[in-house]
Amino acid sequence: MMWRAARTSLLCAALSLGMAHVAWAVDPTELPDPKLQARYVALTHELRCMQCQNESLADSPVDLAADLRREVRDQLLAGKSDDDIRAWMSARYGDFILFRPRYSLRNAWLWGAPAVLLLIGALVCWRVVRNRMTLLPADHEPLEEDGQT
Amino acid sequence: MTRFLLPLALFILLAAVLAVGIRHSPEKGVIASPLLGKPAPPFTLPSLTDPAHAVRSADLKGHWYLFNVWGTWCGECRQEHETLLQVRRAAVLPIIGLDWKDDDAQAVAWLTQLGNPYQSVGTDHSGRVAIDWGVYGAPETFLVSPQGVVVYKHVGALTPDTWTREILPRVSGLPAGKT
Repeated sequence: MMWRAARTSLLCAALSLGMAHVAWAVDPTELPDPKLQARYVALTHELRCMQCQNESLADSPVDLAADLRREVRDQLLAGKSDDDIRAWMSARYGDFILFRPRYSLRNAWLWGAPAVLLLIGALVCWRVVRNRMTLLPADHEPLEEDGQT
Repeated sequence: MTRFLLPLALFILLAAVLAVGIRHSPEKGVIASPLLGKPAPPFTLPSLTDPAHAVRSADLKGHWYLFNVWGTWCGECRQEHETLLQVRRAAVLPIIGLDWKDDDAQAVAWLTQLGNPYQSVGTDHSGRVAIDWGVYGAPETFLVSPQGVVVYKHVGALTPDTWTREILPRVSGLPAGKT
């Protein structure tokens, strides 16, 4: 049992090491300042690769993702803010490039929908409970009558 | 009565929302360009065919043109090439090519072999201009007005159908008799 657990964890470690290597191979960029590097990593993870569409810039091996990562890097080095870079990207590729969508008039209904649905649910719930409460005494009586006969 | 009417009404509402969503959903994988209705991104690029000159967006102001992004590495570009040649023969508007991240010698060979539909071709080795245009896969074609505004964008191979149905009707103020 012990041996099996040890073997499994060893396998996991080997696999994750392998993955780390792959991730490093996709994007070897290192910025001189650790703070910039952290922002670079965060930004490239929240921008979409437009060619593969379900991968972030950081994870995608395609050419266009590399070009866009280079843009992120250059603009960070030029002192641009994260919001500047996001705006720059969405001016070219649309909001679709942002994995974390922004609030806008166009998608307001999407942001509001959960609250509205919750409200509808609460109303339905309240009505059902209220109806049940008036039903309860009525249900009770026939049972007692059954017991007597 | 409301017990049944309310869920039914909700169902009809949901069905209507989904129907509209399906009807208006863009073609599979095609992303609406934020450039539509906006000024075309300016560019100055070395010309593929004429090293002494540059291809400048500023020189294109004042008349309609198609901006076509292509590359010899792109399979669909070969498919649309015949349509581009037809557009050139129609002589309604010039096509400006953007040779995207390509090898110059191969691109020149491609044009010599298949025919050159372009008035001029700019080479974009770094891909910087393509990014400004929001290009995410070749081929892509933009229609730009004389005022320099992007009027229409087509993603994927251009077909004679797209040309007659989507592009030609958008081009206004053409000399009579040219279709």
